[in-house]
Amino acid sequence: MPPPIEFELRRRTLLAGTAAVAAASVARLAHAQEQAGSAASAQQQSDIALTVNGTEHRITVDNRTTLLDVLREDLHLTGTKKGCDHGQCGACTCSVNGERINSCLSLAVLHDGDDVTTIEGRGAPGQLDPMQAAFVSHDAFQCGYCTPGQIQSAHAVIGEIRAGIPSHVTSDLTAVIELTEAEIRERMSGNICRCGAYSNILAAITEVAEDQA
Amino acid sequence: MEFNEPAGQNLFDNARLVGKPAARIDGPLKVSGLAPYAYERHDVVEGQLYGYPVGATISHGRILSMDVEAARAAPGVRAVVTTLDIAPLALGMLNVARLFGGDEVQHYHQAIAVVVADSFEQARAAAGLITAEYATGDAADFDLHAAFERLQGSGDPDTLVGDVDTAFRSAAAVVDQMYHTASISHAAMEPHASIVDWSDGERMRVWTSNQMINWTRGSIATTFGIDPELVQLESPYVGGGFGGKLWLRADAVLAAIGSRAAGAPVKLALPRPFVMNNTTHRAATVQRVRLAAASDGRLTGIWHEAASHSLPGGRGENATAQTPYFYATDTMRVKHHIVAMPLPEASDMRAPGEASGHMGLEVAMDELAEALEMDPVQLRIVNDTQVNPSEPSQPFSERNYVACLETGAEAFGWSDRSATPGQRREGQWLIGMGMAGAYRGTPVRPSGARAILENGRLIIETDMTDIGTGSYTVLAQTAAEVMGLTLDEVEMRLGNSLYPVSSGSGGQFGAASSTAGVYAACMALRGEIGERLGYDAPEFSDGLVVSGDSSQALADLQGRFEAVDEMTIGNFQDNYLLATFGAHFAEVAVHIATGETRVRRMVSTIDAGRILNPTTARSQLIGGMTMSIGGVLSEEMALDTGRGYFVNHDLAGYEVAVHADILDQEVIFLDTADAVATPLKAKGVGELGVCGVGAAVANAVYNATGVRVRDFPLTLDRLLGGLPELA
Ligand code: FES
Ligand code: FES
Repeated sequence: MPPPIEFELRRRTLLAGTAAVAAASVARLAHAQEQAGSAASAQQQSDIALTVNGTEHRITVDNRTTLLDVLREDLHLTGTKKGCDHGQCGACTCSVNGERINSCLSLAVLHDGDDVTTIEGRGAPGQLDPMQAAFVSHDAFQCGYCTPGQIQSAHAVIGEIRAGIPSHVTSDLTAVIELTEAEIRERMSGNICRCGAYSNILAAITEVAEDQA
Repeated sequence: MEFNEPAGQNLFDNARLVGKPAARIDGPLKVSGLAPYAYERHDVVEGQLYGYPVGATISHGRILSMDVEAARAAPGVRAVVTTLDIAPLALGMLNVARLFGGDEVQHYHQAIAVVVADSFEQARAAAGLITAEYATGDAADFDLHAAFERLQGSGDPDTLVGDVDTAFRSAAAVVDQMYHTASISHAAMEPHASIVDWSDGERMRVWTSNQMINWTRGSIATTFGIDPELVQLESPYVGGGFGGKLWLRADAVLAAIGSRAAGAPVKLALPRPFVMNNTTHRAATVQRVRLAAASDGRLTGIWHEAASHSLPGGRGENATAQTPYFYATDTMRVKHHIVAMPLPEASDMRAPGEASGHMGLEVAMDELAEALEMDPVQLRIVNDTQVNPSEPSQPFSERNYVACLETGAEAFGWSDRSATPGQRREGQWLIGMGMAGAYRGTPVRPSGARAILENGRLIIETDMTDIGTGSYTVLAQTAAEVMGLTLDEVEMRLGNSLYPVSSGSGGQFGAASSTAGVYAACMALRGEIGERLGYDAPEFSDGLVVSGDSSQALADLQGRFEAVDEMTIGNFQDNYLLATFGAHFAEVAVHIATGETRVRRMVSTIDAGRILNPTTARSQLIGGMTMSIGGVLSEEMALDTGRGYFVNHDLAGYEVAVHADILDQEVIFLDTADAVATPLKAKGVGELGVCGVGAAVANAVYNATGVRVRDFPLTLDRLLGGLPELA
């Protein structure tokens, strides 16, 4: 089909270019099929089992795929966000075997057999978990893009303090760590919110922590 | 509906919902991860492929050749299109950098190719195989300060009142200082992203992250030379914009070209390191501010001249934006110079102009107060005005700046401040207080909506966007108010080009304009319902439509009632200057050994007409305060003046404020209502929070340390040399 819209093309038409690419891509696919099952191809992919929000998934992943992209692109659990893909923003925070991680910094193949909780596993509208509900009532977000990561970290931060794991602002390493505003802020600082909802996030976390105490 | 005279008493003056706090109606979706952002629309079209961009690695010049053979042969690749394959695409609305096409490179990380593959990993790997050979352009001069020195005094002033020279010669006190602000990145948490289906080369569907649906739809049509009717754009959730998503950007253009080439829908997100050099930013400024005052503090002269970089044809960052309007003065001279540089595109960011301009003007006001031995709050009070200082026949529609200053000073405890710097110390920390004023214009734009009552349920459709500002909620409040319903009886549908054109989100015009549009549509729906029921002068309350002795529950009305209307703004508004005002107060602690600055507490007092929803409005303000604390203390796009690009192009090198940086924040809204602004008597608040906050912090740092820094951000190195000896 000729393109109904004419680009003014300098070197070759986009259509011609496309056709050439399509032909090349068929050839490449055929080549890839020949290789299927060979050692080289097997090394590029791995079969893994992941339990996500209580459901087990058996999937074949490209060895380069991050846990974040498996969640978002393969399992369509897009609640876990990609803000930077470099471990610099916290938007991709989720819980793996009970600990928070930046899922963009971790390859999926490293998680064979792991148990992952994403934001979708915390609660849905109508049955929000207490932290999600507190984020709504304290208006602890604006655009909402950092929010799933903030909520995942918020759960983890309360747990880490209760487990006696010290932070940069813990002054006495031998005493029981108090759940102070300074401790919460410090431990939440890997989760950036460009909308600047930090004080409301702090209020939400503090309320949940007090209710649980 | 036309808004053609100041609003009288109306239903919003005794509102049930408008002006009252309400939790975001989109909140449950956002906290459960179910609100779908642009890159996440697995639901909308089958067979999505992945696009990945390649960016130029020179600041300016020409591409001589590109080698894409390895990329084409790489596993999973479906299409590769380079900028050399097509002629330069036309520029969309207010774009000055070409987004794609042709061999010219105008800035670093300008898109030069897109790779489409079956998976993200394959596209990224193949993109890495593409190489380009360049002819680098002539060496460019990136010295903005030197350019200012060359330009100052040249050109016709943008604003000229009286004779400033005479005023400066006879003044009791004069300030004359240079200020520098750094380039700043929007750095929204969601990188620019789009899914585009242009498989058949005809109808184009775009799922994107954009603040202005109608503008961007038009820009896509212009860029590709197609009929806008063929383009459908959706952007129901936007992961932060701040002005960075006002315009068409490379994500949508590359996804469209990739889709066309591969014959399949393509999704493409800009990798984080692309955001800073491929998209737009707030340009650096150099400002010279001269203030002259009589001994009682009255300003006799304001002279503000500034320069900012831009690609040719752009607007730069006009740091003088607020100056013609903020303070009464006998004389004034204002000039903004644009300096052409081959840097990434300088464009609008939250309070464009004012955010940087307050760093000059409001620090200079602090310096003037000191020169006069006058309280900085008092200095601002004596220079208040109720008319446009550069056009005295034009009054402000409403201006309560003095009330902001007085209320804020009281709430903050300003009277505890020592006028002499460096007087208060707690251990290793020097403590200081500072304040600054805030001024931001508040334009109102026409805005349309559709209101539908279908089997008792109210649905509002408008192409208005919610970029975190709370549009879903304030528009639902407005609709429910007008129709006599509760908030949960309204369904909001936003951000789709199939819906009536709204103001969009930008320039702090969104909430005020779009609520007026929804009001117009709901009033039209009321008329439609009354007419079809044969009700005379129907009233709508408690879920009922009532006329005389007759009444029916809206929930019981069978069938579909629909009305589309737009609020247009009459010329009468030109008789007034519309603006918002604030006063920001900050207390800081500066570490005597390291210069580390902590903003211990802040109070902001805000005059912005009726506050539609104090919950979401407060979030706008604390968000602005937070962004400003990052802006004044750490944010700086570091320019490599040899290579012409911003070096620290990720969230590790570019330091925005984090949780640990934000301590106590308080916002006080003055209870005002501006009848000239809109029928709801509302104005914008989203940008006021980035005007003056940074200056308040800088003034507090001076009060704490006695070190006056005029180059921002106020990083440790700029303080260290001046700090007192360690005792
Ligand atoms: S996306 Fe993982 S830290 Fe930013
Ligand atoms: S809510 Fe927008 S980044 Fe946090």
